[in-house]
Amino acid sequence: MAAPNAIGISDFTNAIKKGISGIRFYQELKDLNFSCCIGGIPQVTEEQKLQYFTPLQLKNFNSPGILYGCMAGMDAWKDAGLSINENSDTDWDSGTVFGTGSSSVEKLRESFYKIDAGNVKQLGSTAVVQTMVSGVSAYLSGILGLGNLVTSNSSACCTGAEAILMGFERIQSGKAKRMLVGGCSDHGPYIWGGFDAMKVISYKHNDDPEKASRPMSATAGGFVPGSGAGALLLESLDSALDRAAKIYGEVSGAAINAGGQRGSGSMTAPNNEAVQRCIKDAIENAGIHPNEIDLINGHLTATIKDAAEINNWATALNRKGKDFPYIHSLKAMTGHCLGAAGAIESVAAILCLDNDFIFPSINCEDVHPDIAAIISTEKIPQQLLENNKLQVVAKASFGFGDVNACIIFKKYNR
Amino acid sequence: MTKEELIDKLKGIVKPYVKNEEGFNNLNENTDFLNDLKINSANLVDVILDIETEFDIIIDNVSMEKMLTVKAAMEIINTKLAEK
Repeated sequence: MAAPNAIGISDFTNAIKKGISGIRFYQELKDLNFSCCIGGIPQVTEEQKLQYFTPLQLKNFNSPGILYGCMAGMDAWKDAGLSINENSDTDWDSGTVFGTGSSSVEKLRESFYKIDAGNVKQLGSTAVVQTMVSGVSAYLSGILGLGNLVTSNSSACCTGAEAILMGFERIQSGKAKRMLVGGCSDHGPYIWGGFDAMKVISYKHNDDPEKASRPMSATAGGFVPGSGAGALLLESLDSALDRAAKIYGEVSGAAINAGGQRGSGSMTAPNNEAVQRCIKDAIENAGIHPNEIDLINGHLTATIKDAAEINNWATALNRKGKDFPYIHSLKAMTGHCLGAAGAIESVAAILCLDNDFIFPSINCEDVHPDIAAIISTEKIPQQLLENNKLQVVAKASFGFGDVNACIIFKKYNR
Repeated sequence: MTKEELIDKLKGIVKPYVKNEEGFNNLNENTDFLNDLKINSANLVDVILDIETEFDIIIDNVSMEKMLTVKAAMEIINTKLAEK
């Protein structure tokens, strides 16, 4: 886990329990005339980088998304009780689907300047591997010796959740024993600029960054851009039991679809019918009843679409008011980590499931009236709920291009 | 610039984004960009950029949020032109 509010599982667990925001003010954005001068960036020290990468790997390295992806991926791998040894044999049973929304834009920019100045040879040996979209999975494969499917998926803000589904299906089909899955995202003006121009991001809280990301709030004013990476190690139950690995939870089912940019859907807005179908399909795939869902980790970005999302959940589950499950949004603390969002939020969902807690959905003390009209506000925890037994947690992500993914996580009952 | 001239200019600007021809043919002061012309909400920023270029004005974020109808657009354009 490399999230804007914490690095590593233990600090991240602590941070989300306490409702700690990772949103900060960045002068660079202000200097570039951004409307939104705040964002979520994982705080990684040079010393920390050296725990994951060699000095040679860090030479001419300028790809934060790949760095975060490798940090999260290596941590997940080790946490699953697997070792990292550069002299190990190729592991034919393990692969990775590690996604990203865009290739490393900082490295691209640096390369463009060198090329335009006639200095193409200055690009050195790593410009290609850092800027290819599959860079993060390629780095991870080399570090871990992965010999199964090694690829990077891309479906905008659905990327992280889609990677989980792809790895899950790979294992389910018997083609791999273990899949390292996740998503990562770069940060900074070149990634966030387009969203700033679209006016979909928050610009009213530049002086008050921790209050800026306000999913489900009446005063939500657009999302706050974030970055980072989240990773999960998925493994067949037999293999995990054989190794006596720590099992955080079970991927019980998943679904993915698209709205085809028809009906209420467009390039940038979801087709509500598609969202509802995706949720229902995931539930069916998991073989559960909608009433079994204890908690929803929503997509909930803090735009005008939050109320539509709540309505889609309520319709798909046929649960309203006090009968609605608990729901929260991690984005209130991390911002919207784009290609990494689904992965970071899924890690949060599994930590809740494993430890029976529900982190607070901060910055929505003033729940939007359109949301309060559908579900009871008691279902949006403002404070940490501990010792809250959880069996099933649903996670959904939606992305530009009108794409949707929904994953159902279930407690592994030994 | 007369009101009619301004509406004519706006008509030319929004034309490429319009999804509802009937609404466009009946465009008047009370026309709503999203509901009557069925302009994709994401395209509103492009409409505003085109207005900025056409009138050589800068439209701030707060004004931008209000610019959902022809009437609001006209008021904001006139205010910004007067400030020049």
